[in-house]
Amino acid sequence: MANKTPLFDAHVALNGKMVDFFGWDMPLHYGSQMKEHETVRSAAGMFDVSHMTIVDILGPGARDYLRHLLANDVDKLKGCGQALYTAMLNDHAGIMDDLIVYFIDVNHYRLVVNSATREKDLAWINEQSHGFSVGIQERQEYAMVAVQGPQALEKVCQVLSPVKMDIAKTLSFFECAEAEGWFIARTGYTGEDGLEIVIPTTEVVDFWQQLLDVGVAPCGLGARDTLRLEAGLNLYGQDMDESVSPLNSNLNWTVAWEPQDRLFIGRASLELQKQKGVDRRLVGLVLEDKGVLRHGQKVMVEGLGEGEITSGTYSPTMGCAIALARIPKDAGKKVSVEIRGKLLTARVVKPPFVRNGKILVNEER
Amino acid sequence: MSNIPGDLKFAKTHEWVRQEEDGTLTVGISDYAQGLLGDLVFVELAEMENEVKAGDDCSVVESVKAASDVYAPVSGEVIEVNEALSDTPEVVNTDPYGDGWLFKLRPVDDQEIADLMDAETYAEHVAAEE
Repeated sequence: MANKTPLFDAHVALNGKMVDFFGWDMPLHYGSQMKEHETVRSAAGMFDVSHMTIVDILGPGARDYLRHLLANDVDKLKGCGQALYTAMLNDHAGIMDDLIVYFIDVNHYRLVVNSATREKDLAWINEQSHGFSVGIQERQEYAMVAVQGPQALEKVCQVLSPVKMDIAKTLSFFECAEAEGWFIARTGYTGEDGLEIVIPTTEVVDFWQQLLDVGVAPCGLGARDTLRLEAGLNLYGQDMDESVSPLNSNLNWTVAWEPQDRLFIGRASLELQKQKGVDRRLVGLVLEDKGVLRHGQKVMVEGLGEGEITSGTYSPTMGCAIALARIPKDAGKKVSVEIRGKLLTARVVKPPFVRNGKILVNEER
Repeated sequence: MSNIPGDLKFAKTHEWVRQEEDGTLTVGISDYAQGLLGDLVFVELAEMENEVKAGDDCSVVESVKAASDVYAPVSGEVIEVNEALSDTPEVVNTDPYGDGWLFKLRPVDDQEIADLMDAETYAEHVAAEE
Protein backbone atom coordinates (compact mmCIF):
# COMPACT_ATOMS: atom_id res chain seq x y z
CA MET A 1 0.00 0.00 0.00
CA ALA A 2 1.36 3.36 -1.03
CA ASN A 3 1.45 6.18 1.52
CA LYS A 4 -1.10 8.90 1.00
CA THR A 5 -0.85 12.47 2.24
CA PRO A 6 -3.92 14.07 3.89
CA LEU A 7 -4.47 15.87 0.57
CA PHE A 8 -4.78 12.68 -1.51
CA ASP A 9 -8.54 13.02 -2.01
CA ALA A 10 -8.12 16.69 -2.92
CA HIS A 11 -5.60 15.75 -5.63
CA VAL A 12 -7.92 13.12 -7.08
CA ALA A 13 -10.84 15.57 -7.02
CA LEU A 14 -8.68 18.03 -9.00
CA ASN A 15 -7.93 15.33 -11.62
CA GLY A 16 -4.37 14.98 -10.43
CA LYS A 17 -2.45 12.34 -12.37
CA MET A 18 -1.28 10.25 -9.43
CA VAL A 19 2.04 8.42 -9.61
CA ASP A 20 4.22 6.50 -7.21
CA PHE A 21 6.99 8.67 -5.78
CA PHE A 22 9.26 6.58 -3.54
CA GLY A 23 6.29 4.88 -1.90
CA TRP A 24 3.97 7.91 -1.91
CA ASP A 25 0.96 8.43 -4.16
CA MET A 26 1.63 11.94 -5.41
CA PRO A 27 0.25 14.16 -8.20
CA LEU A 28 2.52 14.44 -11.25
CA HIS A 29 0.34 17.17 -12.74
CA TYR A 30 -3.29 18.28 -12.84
CA GLY A 31 -3.60 18.51 -16.62
CA SER A 32 -0.62 20.46 -17.93
CA GLN A 33 2.81 20.46 -16.32
CA MET A 34 3.81 23.32 -18.59
CA LYS A 35 0.93 25.57 -17.47
CA GLU A 36 1.65 24.81 -13.82
CA HIS A 37 5.28 25.74 -14.35
CA GLU A 38 4.37 29.03 -16.01
CA THR A 39 1.84 29.84 -13.28
CA VAL A 40 4.51 29.56 -10.58
CA ARG A 41 6.85 31.82 -12.57
CA SER A 42 4.17 34.46 -13.20
CA ALA A 43 1.54 34.18 -10.42
CA ALA A 44 1.22 31.57 -7.64
CA GLY A 45 1.11 27.79 -7.45
CA MET A 46 0.97 25.33 -4.58
CA PHE A 47 2.56 21.96 -4.00
CA ASP A 48 1.65 19.26 -1.52
CA VAL A 49 5.00 18.42 0.05
CA SER A 50 3.57 16.51 2.99
CA HIS A 51 5.60 13.47 1.96
CA MET A 52 8.77 15.23 3.10
CA THR A 53 10.21 14.23 6.45
CA ILE A 54 10.15 16.73 9.32
CA VAL A 55 12.55 15.99 12.15
CA ASP A 56 12.80 18.14 15.27
CA ILE A 57 16.04 18.29 17.24
CA LEU A 58 15.21 19.20 20.83
CA GLY A 59 17.16 19.93 23.98
CA PRO A 60 20.14 21.91 25.25
CA GLY A 61 22.61 20.00 23.07
CA ALA A 62 20.82 20.75 19.80
CA ARG A 63 23.22 23.41 18.57
CA ASP A 64 26.37 21.42 19.34
CA TYR A 65 24.89 18.32 17.81
CA LEU A 66 23.96 20.04 14.55
CA ARG A 67 27.40 21.64 14.31
CA HIS A 68 28.71 18.06 14.37
CA LEU A 69 26.09 16.60 12.01
CA LEU A 70 25.95 19.18 9.20
CA ALA A 71 28.54 20.53 6.77
CA ASN A 72 27.11 24.03 7.01
CA ASP A 73 27.28 25.71 10.40
CA VAL A 74 24.13 26.48 12.38
CA ASP A 75 26.18 29.10 14.22
CA LYS A 76 25.61 31.27 11.14
CA LEU A 77 22.01 31.51 12.35
CA LYS A 78 22.33 34.57 14.52
CA GLY A 79 18.82 34.62 15.81
CA CYS A 80 15.77 32.43 16.20
CA GLY A 81 13.65 32.32 13.10
CA GLN A 82 16.45 31.86 10.58
CA ALA A 83 17.08 28.96 8.21
CA LEU A 84 20.06 27.42 6.44
CA TYR A 85 20.52 25.06 3.49
CA THR A 86 23.10 22.34 4.08
CA ALA A 87 24.41 18.93 3.11
CA MET A 88 24.65 16.09 5.61
CA LEU A 89 27.79 14.07 4.91
CA ASN A 90 29.04 10.61 5.83
CA ASP A 91 32.58 9.97 7.12
CA HIS A 92 33.93 9.89 3.55
CA ALA A 93 32.31 13.26 2.76
CA GLY A 94 29.70 11.55 0.56
CA ILE A 95 26.37 13.36 0.61
CA MET A 96 23.81 11.49 2.77
CA ASP A 97 21.14 14.07 2.03
CA ASP A 98 20.55 17.80 1.60
CA LEU A 99 18.17 19.63 3.89
CA ILE A 100 17.03 22.91 5.34
CA VAL A 101 17.58 23.47 9.05
CA TYR A 102 15.30 25.96 10.79
CA PHE A 103 16.31 27.62 14.07
CA ILE A 104 13.13 27.84 16.13
CA ASP A 105 14.66 28.43 19.57
CA VAL A 106 17.80 27.45 21.48
CA ASN A 107 16.29 24.11 22.43
CA HIS A 108 14.54 23.50 19.13
CA TYR A 109 15.78 23.15 15.57
CA ARG A 110 13.73 21.67 12.74
CA LEU A 111 15.14 19.70 9.80
CA VAL A 112 13.19 19.03 6.61
CA VAL A 113 14.80 16.12 4.79
CA ASN A 114 13.91 14.17 1.65
CA SER A 115 11.20 11.53 1.80
CA ALA A 116 13.09 9.13 -0.46
CA THR A 117 15.90 8.96 2.12
CA ARG A 118 13.69 9.00 5.23
CA GLU A 119 14.71 5.67 6.84
CA LYS A 120 18.40 6.12 6.11
CA ASP A 121 18.39 9.70 7.38
CA LEU A 122 16.51 8.92 10.58
CA ALA A 123 18.84 6.03 11.38
CA TRP A 124 21.90 8.21 10.74
CA ILE A 125 20.57 11.21 12.68
CA ASN A 126 19.81 8.98 15.66
CA GLU A 127 23.11 7.11 15.48
CA GLN A 128 25.15 10.31 15.39
CA SER A 129 23.37 11.82 18.39
CA HIS A 130 25.09 9.62 20.98
CA GLY A 131 26.90 11.78 23.49
CA PHE A 132 24.78 14.86 22.82
CA SER A 133 21.90 15.83 25.08
CA VAL A 134 19.26 15.95 22.38
CA GLY A 135 15.95 14.37 21.63
CA ILE A 136 15.06 13.49 18.05
CA GLN A 137 11.45 13.51 17.04
CA GLU A 138 9.88 12.91 13.66
CA ARG A 139 6.73 15.02 13.28
CA GLN A 140 4.27 12.87 11.35
CA GLU A 141 1.32 14.83 12.68
CA TYR A 142 2.17 17.65 10.27
CA ALA A 143 1.45 18.14 6.61
CA MET A 144 3.34 20.64 4.47
CA VAL A 145 2.30 22.92 1.63
CA ALA A 146 4.65 25.03 -0.49
CA VAL A 147 3.06 28.11 -2.07
CA GLN A 148 5.41 29.60 -4.64
CA GLY A 149 5.47 32.43 -7.14
CA PRO A 150 5.56 36.24 -7.26
CA GLN A 151 1.99 36.41 -5.91
CA ALA A 152 2.43 33.62 -3.34
CA LEU A 153 2.80 35.79 -0.26
CA GLU A 154 -0.12 38.03 -1.17
CA LYS A 155 -2.41 35.05 -1.88
CA VAL A 156 -1.46 33.20 1.30
CA CYS A 157 -2.06 36.33 3.38
CA GLN A 158 -5.60 36.50 1.99
CA VAL A 159 -6.47 33.23 3.75
CA LEU A 160 -4.39 33.44 6.93
CA SER A 161 -5.82 34.44 10.30
CA PRO A 162 -4.84 38.02 11.30
CA VAL A 163 -2.21 36.76 13.75
CA LYS A 164 -0.62 34.40 11.24
CA MET A 165 -0.76 37.04 8.54
CA ASP A 166 1.07 39.59 10.67
CA ILE A 167 3.80 37.05 11.29
CA ALA A 168 4.05 35.85 7.67
CA LYS A 169 4.39 39.44 6.42
CA THR A 170 7.45 40.13 8.53
CA LEU A 171 9.47 37.18 7.19
CA SER A 172 12.47 37.84 4.97
CA PHE A 173 13.93 35.21 2.62
CA PHE A 174 15.06 32.14 4.61
CA GLU A 175 13.30 33.26 7.77
CA CYS A 176 10.66 31.30 9.67
CA ALA A 177 8.25 31.60 12.56
CA GLU A 178 5.66 29.66 14.50
CA ALA A 179 2.13 31.04 14.54
CA GLU A 180 -0.86 29.51 16.29
CA GLY A 181 0.41 25.97 15.87
CA TRP A 182 1.55 26.47 12.27
CA PHE A 183 5.13 26.90 11.13
CA ILE A 184 5.67 29.37 8.31
CA ALA A 185 8.95 29.70 6.41
CA ARG A 186 9.94 31.89 3.49
CA THR A 187 11.73 29.10 1.68
CA GLY A 188 11.09 26.98 -1.39
CA TYR A 189 12.41 24.84 -4.22
CA THR A 190 11.36 26.79 -7.31
CA GLY A 191 13.58 29.86 -7.58
CA GLU A 192 10.58 32.07 -6.86
CA ASP A 193 9.49 33.89 -3.75
CA GLY A 194 7.10 31.95 -1.58
CA LEU A 195 6.32 30.16 1.63
CA GLU A 196 6.59 26.63 2.93
CA ILE A 197 3.98 26.02 5.60
CA VAL A 198 3.99 23.18 8.10
CA ILE A 199 0.46 22.65 9.30
CA PRO A 200 -1.38 20.03 11.39
CA THR A 201 -2.71 17.26 9.13
CA THR A 202 -6.21 17.97 10.49
CA GLU A 203 -6.18 21.53 9.11
CA VAL A 204 -4.44 21.13 5.77
CA VAL A 205 -7.45 20.14 3.65
CA ASP A 206 -9.28 23.38 4.56
CA PHE A 207 -6.16 25.46 3.97
CA TRP A 208 -5.64 23.88 0.53
CA GLN A 209 -9.26 24.61 -0.41
CA GLN A 210 -8.98 28.23 0.76
CA LEU A 211 -5.87 28.68 -1.39
CA LEU A 212 -7.73 27.21 -4.37
CA ASP A 213 -10.58 29.65 -3.74
CA VAL A 214 -8.25 32.65 -3.97
CA GLY A 215 -6.79 31.39 -7.24
CA VAL A 216 -3.63 29.55 -6.26
CA ALA A 217 -3.05 26.83 -8.87
CA PRO A 218 -2.36 23.27 -7.72
CA CYS A 219 0.97 22.06 -9.16
CA GLY A 220 2.45 18.58 -9.31
CA LEU A 221 5.83 16.92 -9.05
CA GLY A 222 6.45 17.47 -12.76
CA ALA A 223 6.41 21.27 -12.50
CA ARG A 224 8.31 21.06 -9.22
CA ASP A 225 11.11 19.28 -11.08
CA THR A 226 11.34 21.69 -14.03
CA LEU A 227 11.13 24.70 -11.69
CA ARG A 228 13.90 23.49 -9.39
CA LEU A 229 16.09 22.60 -12.36
CA GLU A 230 15.67 26.06 -13.88
CA ALA A 231 16.54 27.43 -10.44
CA GLY A 232 19.73 25.34 -10.48
CA LEU A 233 18.77 23.43 -7.35
CA ASN A 234 20.08 19.88 -7.01
CA LEU A 235 17.77 16.91 -6.56
CA TYR A 236 19.06 14.33 -4.12
CA GLY A 237 19.43 10.85 -5.62
CA GLN A 238 19.79 12.30 -9.09
CA ASP A 239 22.32 15.16 -9.06
CA MET A 240 24.07 13.93 -5.93
CA ASP A 241 24.31 10.90 -3.67
CA GLU A 242 26.82 9.26 -1.34
CA SER A 243 29.35 8.77 -4.16
CA VAL A 244 29.94 12.53 -4.49
CA SER A 245 30.76 15.39 -2.14
CA PRO A 246 29.67 19.05 -2.01
CA LEU A 247 32.86 19.91 -3.93
CA ASN A 248 31.75 18.12 -7.08
CA SER A 249 28.07 18.97 -6.62
CA ASN A 250 28.25 22.76 -6.98
CA LEU A 251 27.69 23.04 -3.22
CA ASN A 252 31.04 24.44 -2.08
CA TRP A 253 29.15 27.49 -0.84
CA THR A 254 27.23 25.35 1.66
CA VAL A 255 30.36 24.07 3.42
CA ALA A 256 31.39 26.16 6.44
CA TRP A 257 35.18 25.69 6.68
CA GLU A 258 35.53 28.24 9.47
CA PRO A 259 36.03 27.85 12.34
CA GLN A 260 38.65 25.21 11.63
CA ASP A 261 38.14 23.43 14.91
CA ARG A 262 34.53 22.52 14.09
CA LEU A 263 34.94 18.83 13.30
CA PHE A 264 31.72 18.12 11.39
CA ILE A 265 31.19 14.64 10.01
CA GLY A 266 33.13 14.18 6.79
CA ARG A 267 35.39 17.18 7.36
CA ALA A 268 38.69 15.26 7.24
CA SER A 269 37.84 13.57 3.94
CA LEU A 270 36.50 16.79 2.48
CA GLU A 271 39.69 18.70 3.39
CA LEU A 272 41.75 16.01 1.70
CA GLN A 273 39.61 16.33 -1.43
CA LYS A 274 39.98 20.08 -1.35
CA GLN A 275 43.78 19.81 -1.16
CA LYS A 276 44.03 17.27 -3.97
CA GLY A 277 41.36 18.98 -6.06
CA VAL A 278 38.31 17.24 -7.48
CA ASP A 279 38.42 15.94 -11.06
CA ARG A 280 34.74 16.62 -11.78
CA ARG A 281 32.30 19.42 -11.15
CA LEU A 282 28.58 19.90 -11.52
CA VAL A 283 27.75 22.54 -14.12
CA GLY A 284 24.75 23.82 -16.03
CA LEU A 285 24.26 23.06 -19.72
CA VAL A 286 22.14 24.88 -22.27
CA LEU A 287 21.50 22.91 -25.46
CA GLU A 288 22.16 25.03 -28.53
CA ASP A 289 20.67 22.50 -30.96
CA LYS A 290 17.09 21.26 -30.91
CA GLY A 291 16.32 18.32 -28.66
CA VAL A 292 15.81 17.57 -24.99
CA LEU A 293 18.55 16.86 -22.45
CA ARG A 294 17.81 13.94 -20.11
CA HIS A 295 19.28 12.23 -17.07
CA GLY A 296 21.96 9.72 -18.08
CA GLN A 297 22.97 11.19 -21.44
CA LYS A 298 26.69 11.15 -22.14
CA VAL A 299 28.62 14.43 -22.30
CA MET A 300 31.81 14.57 -24.36
CA VAL A 301 34.48 17.11 -23.47
CA GLU A 302 37.16 17.40 -26.11
CA GLY A 303 40.54 16.20 -24.89
CA LEU A 304 39.32 15.68 -21.33
CA GLY A 305 36.99 12.70 -21.48
CA GLU A 306 33.37 12.13 -20.66
CA GLY A 307 30.77 13.25 -18.20
CA GLU A 308 27.10 12.64 -17.63
CA ILE A 309 23.87 14.59 -17.41
CA THR A 310 22.40 14.19 -13.94
CA SER A 311 19.14 16.10 -14.57
CA GLY A 312 17.84 17.37 -17.87
CA THR A 313 14.63 18.83 -19.17
CA TYR A 314 13.06 21.27 -21.54
CA SER A 315 12.97 24.66 -19.85
CA PRO A 316 9.53 26.22 -20.31
CA THR A 317 10.89 29.66 -19.37
CA MET A 318 13.86 29.58 -21.74
CA GLY A 319 12.28 27.58 -24.55
CA CYS A 320 15.22 25.23 -24.90
CA ALA A 321 16.74 22.23 -23.16
CA ILE A 322 18.80 22.69 -19.99
CA ALA A 323 20.62 20.30 -17.68
CA LEU A 324 22.87 19.79 -14.73
CA ALA A 325 25.87 17.65 -15.69
CA ARG A 326 28.90 16.29 -13.89
CA ILE A 327 31.83 16.80 -16.24
CA PRO A 328 35.66 17.01 -16.15
CA LYS A 329 36.67 20.02 -14.07
CA ASP A 330 38.61 21.79 -16.79
CA ALA A 331 35.92 21.66 -19.47
CA GLY A 332 35.64 24.84 -21.53
CA LYS A 333 32.55 26.67 -22.70
CA LYS A 334 31.27 24.11 -25.19
CA VAL A 335 30.65 20.39 -24.85
CA SER A 336 28.87 17.74 -26.92
CA VAL A 337 25.94 15.67 -25.69
CA GLU A 338 25.14 12.32 -27.25
CA ILE A 339 21.42 11.94 -27.91
CA ARG A 340 20.31 8.79 -29.76
CA GLY A 341 23.66 8.44 -31.50
CA LYS A 342 23.92 12.08 -32.56
CA LEU A 343 26.29 14.66 -31.07
CA LEU A 344 24.63 17.96 -30.19
CA THR A 345 26.31 21.14 -28.93
CA ALA A 346 25.69 22.49 -25.46
CA ARG A 347 27.02 25.58 -23.70
CA VAL A 348 28.47 25.29 -20.19
CA VAL A 349 26.92 27.80 -17.77
CA LYS A 350 26.81 28.45 -14.08
CA PRO A 351 23.41 27.67 -12.57
CA PRO A 352 20.86 29.02 -11.77
CA PHE A 353 19.27 29.34 -15.19
CA VAL A 354 16.20 31.24 -13.97
CA ARG A 355 15.46 33.14 -10.75
CA ASN A 356 12.42 35.23 -9.88
CA GLY A 357 11.01 34.86 -13.36
CA LYS A 358 14.16 36.14 -15.10
CA ILE A 359 16.55 34.22 -17.33
CA LEU A 360 20.03 34.56 -15.87
CA VAL A 361 22.21 32.70 -18.36
CA ASN A 362 22.96 34.91 -21.32
CA GLU A 363 21.81 34.06 -24.80
CA GLU A 364 25.01 33.87 -26.81
CA ARG A 365 24.29 31.68 -29.78
CA MET B 1 -12.45 10.21 -23.04
CA SER B 2 -10.14 10.62 -26.00
CA ASN B 3 -11.21 11.31 -29.56
CA ILE B 4 -10.98 8.33 -31.98
CA PRO B 5 -12.06 9.15 -35.57
CA GLY B 6 -13.90 6.31 -37.29
CA ASP B 7 -12.13 6.62 -40.67
CA LEU B 8 -8.65 5.87 -39.33
CA LYS B 9 -6.77 2.68 -38.55
CA PHE B 10 -4.63 2.23 -35.49
CA ALA B 11 -1.58 0.33 -34.27
CA LYS B 12 -1.31 -1.15 -30.76
CA THR B 13 1.47 1.34 -30.05
CA HIS B 14 -1.03 4.21 -30.55
CA GLU B 15 -0.11 5.43 -34.04
CA TRP B 16 -2.98 6.26 -36.39
CA VAL B 17 -2.95 5.67 -40.15
CA ARG B 18 -5.02 7.38 -42.83
CA GLN B 19 -5.18 5.84 -46.31
CA GLU B 20 -4.94 8.64 -48.87
CA GLU B 21 -6.45 8.43 -52.37
CA ASP B 22 -3.02 8.11 -53.99
CA GLY B 23 -2.33 4.95 -51.98
CA THR B 24 0.08 6.57 -49.52
CA LEU B 25 -0.44 6.55 -45.76
CA THR B 26 -0.37 9.47 -43.35
CA VAL B 27 0.77 8.57 -39.82
CA GLY B 28 0.45 10.33 -36.49
CA ILE B 29 -0.12 9.51 -32.83
CA SER B 30 -3.58 9.19 -31.33
CA ASP B 31 -5.32 11.71 -29.12
CA TYR B 32 -5.01 9.19 -26.29
CA ALA B 33 -1.22 8.95 -26.82
CA GLN B 34 -0.66 12.72 -26.90
CA GLY B 35 -2.72 13.01 -23.71
CA LEU B 36 -0.54 10.47 -21.96
CA LEU B 37 2.65 12.22 -23.04
CA GLY B 38 1.53 15.70 -22.05
CA ASP B 39 2.90 18.94 -23.50
CA LEU B 40 5.21 18.07 -26.40
CA VAL B 41 8.35 20.17 -26.66
CA PHE B 42 10.33 18.36 -29.37
CA VAL B 43 9.72 16.06 -32.31
CA GLU B 44 12.61 14.19 -33.89
CA LEU B 45 11.32 13.75 -37.41
CA ALA B 46 11.50 10.48 -39.32
CA GLU B 47 14.27 10.23 -41.92
CA MET B 48 13.19 10.84 -45.48
CA GLU B 49 13.47 7.94 -47.93
CA ASN B 50 14.06 5.57 -45.04
CA GLU B 51 12.79 2.03 -45.70
CA VAL B 52 11.07 1.01 -42.48
CA LYS B 53 9.57 -2.26 -41.33
CA ALA B 54 6.37 -2.46 -39.29
CA GLY B 55 7.33 -1.91 -35.65
CA ASP B 56 10.58 -0.03 -36.38
CA ASP B 57 11.07 3.11 -34.33
CA CYS B 58 11.31 5.95 -36.81
CA SER B 59 10.47 9.16 -34.98
CA VAL B 60 10.61 10.40 -31.39
CA VAL B 61 8.17 12.68 -29.60
CA GLU B 62 9.34 14.31 -26.39
CA SER B 63 7.28 15.96 -23.70
CA VAL B 64 8.69 17.91 -20.76
CA LYS B 65 8.76 14.66 -18.82
CA ALA B 66 9.85 11.94 -21.23
CA ALA B 67 10.87 10.82 -24.70
CA SER B 68 8.70 8.29 -26.52
CA ASP B 69 9.41 6.36 -29.71
CA VAL B 70 6.96 6.42 -32.57
CA TYR B 71 6.84 3.14 -34.52
CA ALA B 72 6.10 2.50 -38.17
CA PRO B 73 2.60 0.99 -38.14
CA VAL B 74 3.33 -0.85 -41.39
CA SER B 75 6.35 -1.41 -43.63
CA GLY B 76 7.17 1.09 -46.34
CA GLU B 77 9.24 4.06 -47.44
CA VAL B 78 9.11 7.41 -45.65
CA ILE B 79 8.14 9.89 -48.39
CA GLU B 80 7.30 13.02 -46.43
CA VAL B 81 7.82 14.34 -42.90
CA ASN B 82 5.99 17.14 -41.15
CA GLU B 83 8.78 19.74 -41.02
CA ALA B 84 6.50 22.29 -39.34
CA LEU B 85 6.66 20.26 -36.13
CA SER B 86 10.34 21.22 -35.63
CA ASP B 87 9.16 24.65 -34.57
CA THR B 88 5.68 23.83 -33.31
CA PRO B 89 5.71 20.39 -31.64
CA GLU B 90 2.69 21.41 -29.54
CA VAL B 91 0.49 21.02 -32.63
CA VAL B 92 0.62 17.26 -31.98
CA ASN B 93 -1.23 17.99 -28.72
CA THR B 94 -3.74 20.42 -30.15
CA ASP B 95 -4.48 18.69 -33.48
CA PRO B 96 -3.20 15.09 -33.34
CA TYR B 97 -5.28 13.88 -36.33
CA GLY B 98 -4.79 16.99 -38.47
CA ASP B 99 -1.81 19.36 -38.59
CA GLY B 100 -0.07 17.20 -35.98
CA TRP B 101 0.60 14.34 -38.44
CA LEU B 102 4.17 12.99 -38.23
CA PHE B 103 5.13 11.36 -41.55
CA LYS B 104 3.83 9.77 -44.76
CA LEU B 105 4.63 6.27 -45.94
CA ARG B 106 4.43 4.45 -49.26
CA PRO B 107 3.31 1.03 -48.01
CA VAL B 108 4.59 -2.24 -49.45
CA ASP B 109 2.22 -4.79 -47.92
CA ASP B 110 -1.57 -4.37 -48.06
CA GLN B 111 -2.08 -7.20 -45.61
CA GLU B 112 -0.28 -5.20 -42.90
CA ILE B 113 -2.76 -2.37 -43.41
CA ALA B 114 -5.69 -4.77 -43.22
CA ASP B 115 -4.30 -6.13 -39.96
CA LEU B 116 -4.37 -2.72 -38.21
CA MET B 117 -7.18 -2.05 -35.74
CA ASP B 118 -10.30 -0.17 -36.73
CA ALA B 119 -11.55 2.66 -34.51
CA GLU B 120 -13.88 0.42 -32.52
CA THR B 121 -11.18 -2.15 -31.72
CA TYR B 122 -8.74 0.62 -30.86
CA ALA B 123 -11.26 2.15 -28.44
CA GLU B 124 -11.40 -1.22 -26.65
CA HIS B 125 -7.61 -1.40 -26.66
CA VAL B 126 -7.40 2.04 -25.03
CA ALA B 127 -10.11 1.17 -22.51
CA ALA B 128 -8.12 -1.92 -21.49
CA GLU B 129 -5.00 0.20 -20.93
CA GLU B 130 -6.74 2.86 -18.87
